[in-house]
Amino acid sequence: MSLEQFMNEAISPWMQEEGPDSDIVLSSRIRLARNFDQVAFPILANQNDLERILDFFQQAYHEQSFRSYKDFELIRVQELQSIEKRVLVEKHLVSPHLVNNSNHGAALISRNEQVSIMVNEEDHIRIQLYVPGFQLEHALEQAFELDDWLEEKINFAFDEKRGYLTSCPTNVGTGMRASVMMHLPGLTLTKEMNRLIPAINQLGLVVRGIYGEGSEALGNIFQISNQITLGKSEKDIVEDLISVVQQLIEQERHARGKIMEQSPVALEDKIFRSYGILANSRIMESKEAAKCLSDVRLGIDLRYIEHLSRSILNELMVLTQPGFLQQYANKKLSPEERDVKRASLIRERLHLANNI
Amino acid sequence: MDCQECQQRPATLHFSQVINGNKKEIHLCEKCAQEKGYMSQYNESFSLHNLLSGLFNFDSYQLTESQNSNAYTATQKVQCEKCGLTYNEFTRIGKFGCAHCYEAFGEKLNPIFRRVHSGNTIHDGKVPKRMGGNLHVRKQLEKERQHLQQLINEEAFEEAAQVRDRIRSLEQQLHSEQGDGDQ
Repeated sequence: MSLEQFMNEAISPWMQEEGPDSDIVLSSRIRLARNFDQVAFPILANQNDLERILDFFQQAYHEQSFRSYKDFELIRVQELQSIEKRVLVEKHLVSPHLVNNSNHGAALISRNEQVSIMVNEEDHIRIQLYVPGFQLEHALEQAFELDDWLEEKINFAFDEKRGYLTSCPTNVGTGMRASVMMHLPGLTLTKEMNRLIPAINQLGLVVRGIYGEGSEALGNIFQISNQITLGKSEKDIVEDLISVVQQLIEQERHARGKIMEQSPVALEDKIFRSYGILANSRIMESKEAAKCLSDVRLGIDLRYIEHLSRSILNELMVLTQPGFLQQYANKKLSPEERDVKRASLIRERLHLANNI
Repeated sequence: MDCQECQQRPATLHFSQVINGNKKEIHLCEKCAQEKGYMSQYNESFSLHNLLSGLFNFDSYQLTESQNSNAYTATQKVQCEKCGLTYNEFTRIGKFGCAHCYEAFGEKLNPIFRRVHSGNTIHDGKVPKRMGGNLHVRKQLEKERQHLQQLINEEAFEEAAQVRDRIRSLEQQLHSEQGDGDQ
């Protein structure tokens, strides 16, 4: 497979668009947890129940379209190879929990990969919707429409007092987790992030690295999401998150400005040094790749580098993950082989961009 | 870099551990990390899960303390009659077994919800359409009535009058909807 062809299949179509504030906010996501009334949650359900739910999804939604979301496809975990599973996780279309713990799991994915409805994860249904850039309110509207669409055929477990009932008490009520992915190199460089994270936590929001809980913020990418799901409306939760993200965007822009003013040469050096590493290395660990990609992305945002587009960086962040590398190579690779493959893929991609 | 534990395999996991403000860098290979218990099958929910069982356990603590008096523990068993999950199991795994568990464990859940959701125990958000259009109205009515009481207590009568008018119109709305239902 050629690199171009591989890339086209690897990058979700919605990721190619630029959303508002996309110099700092990569994407916004809404996730709603729902369960069938009258069926035990997946953790205790028997296999028949879970299969029945899968069959229902197959019949009711496979190859259906809803509004702009065309041609939903139901992908069953059981039918996936291990590399395919990993790729879906790296694209954030399914959770690690779905592919690791459930033989009866599936995901109903729209053709543009903006919507992924996970079936038989921790809850029977997890509706996930992504939008590029910073547009949480829009994402919430869309997620509500999808929720209504499913509700036409499904009786959700709901209680007047507790709201939508979920397997984990941390999701009960709205069942909603709203989150944004932010690239915050300025605040990390000025070490202000260390001060900001506890403050954000105090507001009932969670800050994590890109690979989920407890993970370090690889490539200066942070995920900010709500912690509380009970006692506040979805709209209020999203508004609170928006106001914090807006402040972070401002602070990040301010930090970038400060660095450019105080040490412009050092910054330029850092950016081009990283570009040099990406363009010339023969062995590249994922951590180094993430760091260099972050620097170059900053370089594009601040117009030090003008011949590259931001979307190439988004692409490379996805493509250089272990699952994708192995899919590209079309075989299992050892960590050392992956580092070599990663370096060559990045070189090739940058070369391609230089020739356009 | 080699794994600091076995000194043989390359370290593939790098992380910092902060205990009482002391930061420690840790570099391990996957095998040693697993043996040392830094990795779990449930990668994603590992830390949260542990945290949760910690949160819930305050109740089962009291149980173990009182286990000496057998008569007490025998009557203490709370179980969901639909899926069979006991309250004790729930506090251990941190997950409900089915929708009915919420009802079966009832008010015992309030302290847990309060801890996890900053003091909240009652839902205030989207409602499925099938619950009937007036659940929204009823919920709002309840909220406005509380608000009214608060305003009266604060002697903010001007604002209270506005709230009272809103309550009236909500009541009318509720009334006419119920009327529709009867037809």
